[in-house]
Amino acid sequence: MSTFQIDFGGGVPASKIVGIDLGTTNSLVAVMDLTGPRILSGIVPSVVSVTDSGEVVAGSEAREMLLTHPERSVYSVKRLMGRGVDDIQEELKLFPFRVAPDKGVLKLEIGGKTMTPPEVSAHVLLKLKRDAEEALGAPVTQAVITVPAYFNDAQRQATKDAGRIAGLEVLRLVNEPTAAALAYGLDKRKQGVVAVYDLGGGTFDISILRLHDGIFEVMATNGDTHLGGDDIDNLLLRVALEDIQTEWGEDISSKPDAVQILRRAVIKAKEELSFVPQAAIDFSYGGRRYQREIPLDVYNKLIEPIVERTLGPCRECIKDAKVKVEDIDEVVLVGGSTRIPLVRSAVERLFRAKPHTELNPDEVVALGAAVQAGILSGDVQDQLLLDVTPLSLGIETMGGLVSKLIHRNSTIPASATEQFTTAVDGQRNVLIHVLQGERELVKDCRSLARFDLKDIAPQPAGAARIEVRFLIDANGILSVTAADLRTGKEHSVEVKPSYGLTDQQVEAMILESFDKAEDDFKERQVREARVEADTILSATDKARKNHEALATLSEEERAAIDRAVNELLVVYHCDDHLLIRAKIDQLNEATQRLAETIMNTAVAGMLRGTKL
Amino acid sequence: MKYYEALGIEPRLALDLDALKKRFYELSREWHPDRFSRASASEQQKALDKTAVLNDAFRTLKEPVSRAEYFLEESGIPPSKNPPPELLEEMFELNEALEELRGTGFSLSSESDRLKPVPPQLIEAQKKYGKMLDEVAEQLDTLFKQHDEHRERAALQEIRGILDRRRYVANLMRDVEKELNVHVSN
Repeated sequence: MSTFQIDFGGGVPASKIVGIDLGTTNSLVAVMDLTGPRILSGIVPSVVSVTDSGEVVAGSEAREMLLTHPERSVYSVKRLMGRGVDDIQEELKLFPFRVAPDKGVLKLEIGGKTMTPPEVSAHVLLKLKRDAEEALGAPVTQAVITVPAYFNDAQRQATKDAGRIAGLEVLRLVNEPTAAALAYGLDKRKQGVVAVYDLGGGTFDISILRLHDGIFEVMATNGDTHLGGDDIDNLLLRVALEDIQTEWGEDISSKPDAVQILRRAVIKAKEELSFVPQAAIDFSYGGRRYQREIPLDVYNKLIEPIVERTLGPCRECIKDAKVKVEDIDEVVLVGGSTRIPLVRSAVERLFRAKPHTELNPDEVVALGAAVQAGILSGDVQDQLLLDVTPLSLGIETMGGLVSKLIHRNSTIPASATEQFTTAVDGQRNVLIHVLQGERELVKDCRSLARFDLKDIAPQPAGAARIEVRFLIDANGILSVTAADLRTGKEHSVEVKPSYGLTDQQVEAMILESFDKAEDDFKERQVREARVEADTILSATDKARKNHEALATLSEEERAAIDRAVNELLVVYHCDDHLLIRAKIDQLNEATQRLAETIMNTAVAGMLRGTKL
Repeated sequence: MKYYEALGIEPRLALDLDALKKRFYELSREWHPDRFSRASASEQQKALDKTAVLNDAFRTLKEPVSRAEYFLEESGIPPSKNPPPELLEEMFELNEALEELRGTGFSLSSESDRLKPVPPQLIEAQKKYGKMLDEVAEQLDTLFKQHDEHRERAALQEIRGILDRRRYVANLMRDVEKELNVHVSN
């Protein structure tokens, strides 16, 4: 009933959707204001700890605990999102993750608790949610969360699960480089080709976009979900540990607290080297001190192989976007690691352009997430993001080969249909194995899920016709539906995600929030509903005084309005906002024609006015 | 034809790319799921389904080759499975030449080889197939227009022949380029 609202004013502001950058090292939350996106509170380190009393804390507090109680703390958990026990062996060599000896789903041991990576992330999200609620003075229940563009289906699903566990409805997952482009793109440039180079704490993405009249169309994306500042830290850490062993004659790598203190000293030196030509690792432990000066050129030599690893995906991306380097108008740098001078010069050399760095590379992704939140809420008009799927989707066929159904860099949502039949007489089910990746062999691609098409009516081999539809939604997440073409009946599809949690598991993990924000939220919804009821009741009152318009209604129409008003008044003081809203809708509907009539008369009057 | 319907255009082989793009962006603005995040579940699903098909349609129709393949498939003319006989010789020769190059251990991906001159036969092959692909594109262009004007099935058959040939030329080109690694822009 928009006409009514235009006429009499008084719409109810919807609760804010926040934009969250859930990073490997740090996380941030932002919101869209009338003037643009705005960071809501300080940086929240993506660290989670369990205190001696068994309380789970996240953020700065947890980062301090990482130094004092490394065995009760966990960091860089983003590296484990959507992954299985088998495929994190490399990470385990570099990070002090303590994997619980559970079979199946990957769980971590943290201070006597076991948590899946999505649960750990959920604690970071919960901290962000509370910070945002405090800053906004209102409950926050809906969010846009960013993910690396190169995240696969399982990693995306795990991120969405984390949101749900934290009590957030994740309205959209947005790719980090695309979010950055949104933040930069605000009224900046109408047309052009932009490359976004995003080197964060643990992930690397490169995306190439075409901008035209508010549409941000991603042409291609590439990356590495296990490449980032973490790798530089680990490299420096290894060098320092060896150095200390030589100097002190003692291997301290088995002492978690020592390693964490050294890690922080190493990071400090790394950060300094982005601004000065020489920095020192300064480390004290057990009454001893270790100091090592690192000149910039030595540092550059050390990290060159890591920086080099980002260039291959960049070249691939340029090729896939079907553009030439000289077609790229602008390059945007995102992520804390792009402060490193060697990274900047490598990007400059490859793209032959001076990169943009106006926005804080730590904040730009969260700001972009807030812009996307604004697009979803309708606050931001005229802008639209058309993103792509980073990896090809296929199914296993004969001989361990993968048949591609949706190619990488296809604009999402994207879909594909494939027909399946039976191989044996009377066969009752068909097993389908879905994979993601670019290689030709099943063993080189990533297993996403196995689907069992069940309850196929017994018939001769090859007679069944089952059409399976694979759909990648705007979050880059796959869903599957199947239909029997002979009967037209929807088919049951049972999904067994290869890595990930079932809906029931996620449900069971939802953090029981004894937070008063929840109660506040309910109260607020009721309050909002009543405000809306007031608005429409007074508008109806006013409209009913317009006798001319009222006369155009039939007896029944007038009776319907009376009834709807009375029913709304009856439920007005109950504390069920849904019931109040239902009655508001009913009144809205009953008064629709009356509003239209008044509106038309008003417009007609205005038109007459202009003519005279 | 579903993809043409999704974009609300007549099924034609020759399409004005700019007009197609414009149409795609207009419909995207109208139907993208972002516009329905506060709508009912059924409306959200509808928007999702509609944009998925819209994206599939635009992806298929914007490239002349995939467009023609789709058009033929929908007209009941599937691609032929056998390589065009006149290209067989070409394929054997190229494979032999590539084998020979690999035999000498030359590779553009190796740092030292990158400094050596690129084998001339590769450059020649790349030029040749590039020219063949350009010719195919021109032929398709002409046939598209012919077909749209007269709507004859014979034109579609002819297009199929060209597409079959193109597929193999494209494979030859891919092999050469793999060897050349031409896209590495140093």
